[in-house]
Amino acid sequence: MVQKLDILRESPSQTAGPYVHIGCTPNFSGITGIYPEDLGTRMITGDAAGERITIKGTVHDGAGTALRDALVEVWQADAAGKFAGQGGDAAFTGWGRSAGDMATGEFTFETVKPGAVSWPDGRKQAPHVTFWIVARGINLGLHTRMYFADEDAANAQDPILSRLEHSQRIPTLLAQPEGNGVYRFDIHLQGAQETIFFDI
Amino acid sequence: MTGFIPRDRRWHPPALTPGYKTSVKRSPSFAPLSFPTSPSEESGPVFRDDMLGPQDGDLIHNFAKPGESAVGPRIIVHGRVLDECGRPVPNTLVEVWQANAGGRYRHKKESYLAPLDPNFGGCGRVVTDEHGFYEFRTIQPGPYPWPNTMADWRPAHIHFSVFGHSFAQRLITQMYFEGDPLIWKCPIVDTIPSRAGIESLVAALDMSRAIPMDSLAYKFDIVLRGRRQTHFENRPEGL
Repeated sequence: MVQKLDILRESPSQTAGPYVHIGCTPNFSGITGIYPEDLGTRMITGDAAGERITIKGTVHDGAGTALRDALVEVWQADAAGKFAGQGGDAAFTGWGRSAGDMATGEFTFETVKPGAVSWPDGRKQAPHVTFWIVARGINLGLHTRMYFADEDAANAQDPILSRLEHSQRIPTLLAQPEGNGVYRFDIHLQGAQETIFFDI
Repeated sequence: MTGFIPRDRRWHPPALTPGYKTSVKRSPSFAPLSFPTSPSEESGPVFRDDMLGPQDGDLIHNFAKPGESAVGPRIIVHGRVLDECGRPVPNTLVEVWQANAGGRYRHKKESYLAPLDPNFGGCGRVVTDEHGFYEFRTIQPGPYPWPNTMADWRPAHIHFSVFGHSFAQRLITQMYFEGDPLIWKCPIVDTIPSRAGIESLVAALDMSRAIPMDSLAYKFDIVLRGRRQTHFENRPEGL
């Protein structure tokens, strides 16, 4: 026997289940009168600096079916590359949550294009938005990142994108501009277009 | 700034767990890409202190008509949010949701024949205090059958969504109740690889916190990921 380490075990994850919207977006679920509004509905709360963009996308399962019971959260830096709570733009929360469209499952985030954030060794990361996806059938919330397809130079220098072994999968992380500030970022849980998910 | 202790993925449920059928087509087949946490994961959303309403942590009353209350065994759920290093996680948001005492969720896609309780919505939220403690009151949820195999019932449970202070700590899990025999028959519980892992999600009946002639109490601690520590650092608690 050896001495015991004073380290606790993280609480094991369990699926968010089919009714995650009751807990996280109750107004969306029709449970009104408890909270004034669902958290994460508005990321821009005032005159935030930067380019206004809209992120749209759908989460697909391995059979190609769109999920309508997912909860998608995003976390990102402001236009200057700073995070809320760490000197970021006071009119920008950096955090959004979407239950998706009731009929199609499409999520939407009205946000600003993030600035570059440093990597621990001082290099710059390409502009990106961190995604977290939970749903029925997902046992541990899935982390991924959305980069911008129109940021070729920055993406080529990015510490993560540039070290990916399966570089042919990089397009799964790139949001495609559709004009008028709209970027499309579809997520595939499985199959030929499976999104790269991150163990962070 | 140092990063987070890497997540032990052998302790969490794997993505593909065929006994829980929905996971089969919703599980990534590639291994996740591992890299050290950066500021994008070490920061996280900040919620305003005045965000909570007075009944947000009282599921017995927060959807009930004035003077009425939800049906079911009244319980207090209390505990602490800690990190892997044992440090309390203060001022963090905890969201909960659950079925009513008959095992029925208030959701348009829910078809179980048990009735809705007109006085029960099924959601609540609290923020941990400066020492990481939280408490809310609710009714004990009922077990219910669910479409997996025709034999599957969920044990009574409460869903928890916890933020911590960094996006890397984000966690959703479920709390079970001491002594429930359905825990050991549930394919969703069974996605957790070890018995010790499962037991860490079972809340203990805590008669020391029961309110006489009013409510039973259960204690449920939650552990989030911790930051790697260096020998001489002096970091604020929970960060």
